[in-house]
Amino acid sequence: MPPRPDAAQQLVFTADPSSVRAALVRLLSEAPVHDLGEDDRGTVELVLAEVLNNVAEHAYAGGSGPVEVGLSAIPNGLACRIIDRGLAMPEGALPEGRLSATGTVPPDDLPEGGFGWHLIRSLTADLCYARKAGQNRLSFVIPLGGQT
Amino acid sequence: MQLTTQTRPKVLSVLVMEDRIDAASAIQFKERMRDLTGTAHPRVVLDLARVKFLDSSGLGAIVAVRKLLGPDRVMELSSLTPTVEKVFRLTRMDSIFTIHPSHEAALANAAAT
Repeated sequence: MPPRPDAAQQLVFTADPSSVRAALVRLLSEAPVHDLGEDDRGTVELVLAEVLNNVAEHAYAGGSGPVEVGLSAIPNGLACRIIDRGLAMPEGALPEGRLSATGTVPPDDLPEGGFGWHLIRSLTADLCYARKAGQNRLSFVIPLGGQT
Repeated sequence: MQLTTQTRPKVLSVLVMEDRIDAASAIQFKERMRDLTGTAHPRVVLDLARVKFLDSSGLGAIVAVRKLLGPDRVMELSSLTPTVEKVFRLTRMDSIFTIHPSHEAALANAAAT
């Protein structure tokens, strides 16, 4: 039996900060994300925002270019595939997203960045990156339904 | 980026009137906060009740504002919505900032210290 037509969504747009925002609004307002609970929708928006802003800021390094987002509902989660034609990941691998030590550091030493990949890695599973035919292909699953 | 301020003798409250602080607005947020906190108030409360979405750029901007204030001034947060709270928790920034459940609670705490 073919999948339900509303269980998947595909969107292609130009990656820059304001169009990322518009794309998130659209992705969240349609199936399959629209049908999720509020907590899960927040998680999906956060992960997609981090991934897509990375494409805009790093893969296209201040310029812009096309990015393709594919989402499909799977049991207990959302399978995501993001493809762009920008620069490859440095050294061909995804950043580890390790947090800097925070503990009791004085305010002047607090990190202002490096949170993005930590959030992505914290909220996803099966994260996979490949560079093929001039494209960055990132796929992952966002586990959902664990909390409400 | 619309921000509203309330001033008390020792507390400056900044209420964010936007529903998101994200990559598209983080720089503007930081610049507006720098202008608004150019007062001598020893304590700044940033109320995020209306902010439904914060990404890593927005979080970085809040940390940058904290650093701009310097070590002699206190900056606290109030009224985190669920997704914003999640970002602070996962990045462990909830251990760096004092977070109050409501703006009123932040003011009551300020009055008691």
